[in-house]
Amino acid sequence: MSMRTRRSVRAGQYVALLCYLVFLAFPFLWLISTAFKPAPELGSLHPTWIPQHPTLDNFRQAFDEQPLLRAAANSLIAALSAGLIAVLIATPMAYVMARHRTRLATAATGWVVVSQAFPFVLLIIPLFLVLKNLHLINTLWGLIMVYVVWALPFALWMLVGYVRAVPAELEEAAAVDGAGRLRTLVSVTAPLLAPGIVATALFAFITAWNEFFFALVLLKTPEKQTLPVVLTHFLGAEGASDLGPLAAAAFLATLPSLVLFAVIQRRITGGMLAGAVKN
Amino acid sequence: MRALVRTAAAAATALALLLTGCGGGDGGSHGRITLRFQSLAWQKESVDINKQLVKEWNAAHPDIRVEYVQGSWDSVHDQLLTSFEGGEAPDIIHDASDDLADFAYGGYLADLRPLLPKGLTDGIPRNSWDTATFDGGVYGVPFLQEPRVLIANTRILKASGVRIPTPEKPWSWAEFRQVTKKLTGKGRYGVAWPLKEPVSVTLNLGLSAGGQLFHRGADGKVTVAMGEGDQVVPGTIHDQVNTDHSAARTALGMGGGDTLPGFFGGKYAMVPLGFSYRQQVVEQAPKGFAWTVLPAPAGRDGLAQGVSPQTLSVAEDSPHKKEAVRFIDFLLRPANMVRLAKGDWMLPTGTEALADPSLHTADRGWATGAALAGSLRSAPAQSVRGYPEWKDKVATPALQEYYSGAIDAAELRKRLVTDGNRVLARYQR
Repeated sequence: MSMRTRRSVRAGQYVALLCYLVFLAFPFLWLISTAFKPAPELGSLHPTWIPQHPTLDNFRQAFDEQPLLRAAANSLIAALSAGLIAVLIATPMAYVMARHRTRLATAATGWVVVSQAFPFVLLIIPLFLVLKNLHLINTLWGLIMVYVVWALPFALWMLVGYVRAVPAELEEAAAVDGAGRLRTLVSVTAPLLAPGIVATALFAFITAWNEFFFALVLLKTPEKQTLPVVLTHFLGAEGASDLGPLAAAAFLATLPSLVLFAVIQRRITGGMLAGAVKN
Repeated sequence: MRALVRTAAAAATALALLLTGCGGGDGGSHGRITLRFQSLAWQKESVDINKQLVKEWNAAHPDIRVEYVQGSWDSVHDQLLTSFEGGEAPDIIHDASDDLADFAYGGYLADLRPLLPKGLTDGIPRNSWDTATFDGGVYGVPFLQEPRVLIANTRILKASGVRIPTPEKPWSWAEFRQVTKKLTGKGRYGVAWPLKEPVSVTLNLGLSAGGQLFHRGADGKVTVAMGEGDQVVPGTIHDQVNTDHSAARTALGMGGGDTLPGFFGGKYAMVPLGFSYRQQVVEQAPKGFAWTVLPAPAGRDGLAQGVSPQTLSVAEDSPHKKEAVRFIDFLLRPANMVRLAKGDWMLPTGTEALADPSLHTADRGWATGAALAGSLRSAPAQSVRGYPEWKDKVATPALQEYYSGAIDAAELRKRLVTDGNRVLARYQR
C-alpha cells in the first residue's frame, strides 16, 4: 500500500470516527441545548442548536417543582453503596471461579450468563414480598440490596475475565520468593486487578444510578425517591411532558456519571484492555 | 447465582404470603388513621392544588391524616400491580378509567357502591359513572375528563373565509374534509392528525358518526363488527392524507405535542388534540400567536365522543375504605373539583362543578370544551376483555397502514374484524 493510499485510509478512518462520535454525542448535546431554551423556542418549527435566548428558567422550575437535590443524594447513596458492595462480594468469588476451574465453577459462570436473559419484572413481586417481610420496603437499604443482587452476576462475569488476565505464574513466582497467600493477593494480584475492579464498580454504579423500576416500586415516600423516579414526575399522560424542566433535570442527572467517567477513564481503559487479553 | 436468588425469592415469597396474611393496614393506633393518597398530578398547578387540598383535609380532620404520594402516569399500571400483589397499595388511587378494568376484575379495587355518599353519586352523570363500572360494580369515581377538540390557527381560519363551527353548529365530517382542503395551501396543510396511538382517537371520535365497532351479544360476549358508522372517521382521515393531501402525512407518526411546533409555525392550520393540550399551547406559542378551540366534527350521533376520565379508587386491601371514600368525597366537592379541573386544564365530570362560570368563559376555549361535556360517553372499548391485545397486535398496525395508504379499506376491515375477533375469542371462552 502506497503512502498516499495509507493516508487516505487513515483520513477515512478519522472521518468515520468523527461521524460516530457526533452520532453518539447528538442526544446529549440536544439535551443540553433544550435545557437552556425558553418555552417558545422549544415549540419552534426551526429549532436551533444554540438557544437564541438562553435561560436558566428550566433549571429554576425543575428545582422549584421537584426535590431534585434530595433525589440526587438518594441516588448517589444507593449507587455508590451498590457499586462498593457488589465489588466487595464479587471480587473474592471471581478469584475463586477463575483460579479453580471446576465443573461447578464453569456451570456457575454459564448460569450467570443465562440469568441475564430473564426480565426483572418476573422477580419484582417475590422480591417485594421478601423485602416487605424484612421491613425493608421504602428504605434505601432495601433498594441497595436489590441493586447489589442485580449487579452481582454481571460484575462477577466481568471480574472473572480480569482475574484470568492476571498470569497465575506471577502468583507462583511470589510464592517461590516466600510470599504467603495473603501477601501475594495484596501485593501482586490486587494491584493488577485494580483497573478491573474500578471498571466493575463503575458498571454497578451506573446500573444503579440509572435504574428506575425497582426504585419506583420499592420506595413509597417522596423523601426516599431516587432521581430517575423523580424525573418521571415531569411526564404526563399520553406522552405529554414538561419538556424544558425535564431536559434541565435530565441534564443534571447525567453529570455524576460523566464526572465519574472523566475521573477514572484511564483506569477503565486499562482495565478493559487487561480483561481483553487472555493468558 | 441468579438461580439461588430466584429459588430463595420464590421460597421466601411463599413464606411471606403465609406470614403476612392479609397484611397491609396502617395507622389506626390511638384512634388516628393514616391514608396514603397516590396522585398522578404532574403539572405544577395541579400538584399544588392537590397538595393544598390534602393540607386542608388534614387541618380539618386530625384523626384521619392523608399522606400525599406522588405517582407518575408513565408507569402507574406496573407500579400499582406490584403494590397490589405485595399488599402495599396506596389507600386512595388516582388513575384513568381505561386502566381500571384489569384491577377491577382482579379484585384489587373496592366496589364503591355501598360506600359512596348520595350527593357524590347524584352529582356525577350516569355517562361518567359508566366509564368506571365493570361487571355491575363501581371501581372508581370519575372526576376529570377531556374531549378531543380542534385547536386552530385563528389567522389562517379567518383568512380562508370558512364557516367557523360552534358546539351548536359543528362541522359535519364531510364539511370538515372540505374545510381542510380549503385551508391547505403552499407548504401548509389543513390539519395534522397526531396518530402515533391511532386506536383510541379513531374509536372515540367514531362515536359521533354512530361507530361502535364492539358489539356485546345477549350472552355477554363481545365481537368486532364494522358498520357504516365505523368507517366515517377512518375514511375521512385516510382520504385527507392520501387523496386530498390536506392532512400532513408526517404527522401520522407523531404524538400530540410533536405537532405543536408545526402548528405554531403555520405549517398546519388545525390540530385535533386533547382539551388539556391548551396549556402547552399557552406556554409554548410565540408571542402574538392567535388560536382558538373548535369542537370536533359531528356525525349522525352529533358531537358524541368516547372518553376515559381520570378516576379516584380505593384499594380492596385498605382497612379504612369508609374514611378513604370520605376523603374522595371532600376532594370532589364541586368547588374543589373546579380547582382540580383548572389545575389540569380539563373538564370536571360533576354537574355542579361544570356549571361554574369560570369554566364557561371564551378565554382559552373553556366554553367550547364545557359545551361538549354533555356529549361525552364511555370509550367504546372500556370494558372489553382482550382489548389491549387487539389494540396492540391488530388495530394499531392495521390503522397505521391504512392511514398511510399501505392497505385499503377492505383489508383494514378484514384485519380489525376477522383477526380481531380471533383475539377477543381467546378471552371469552
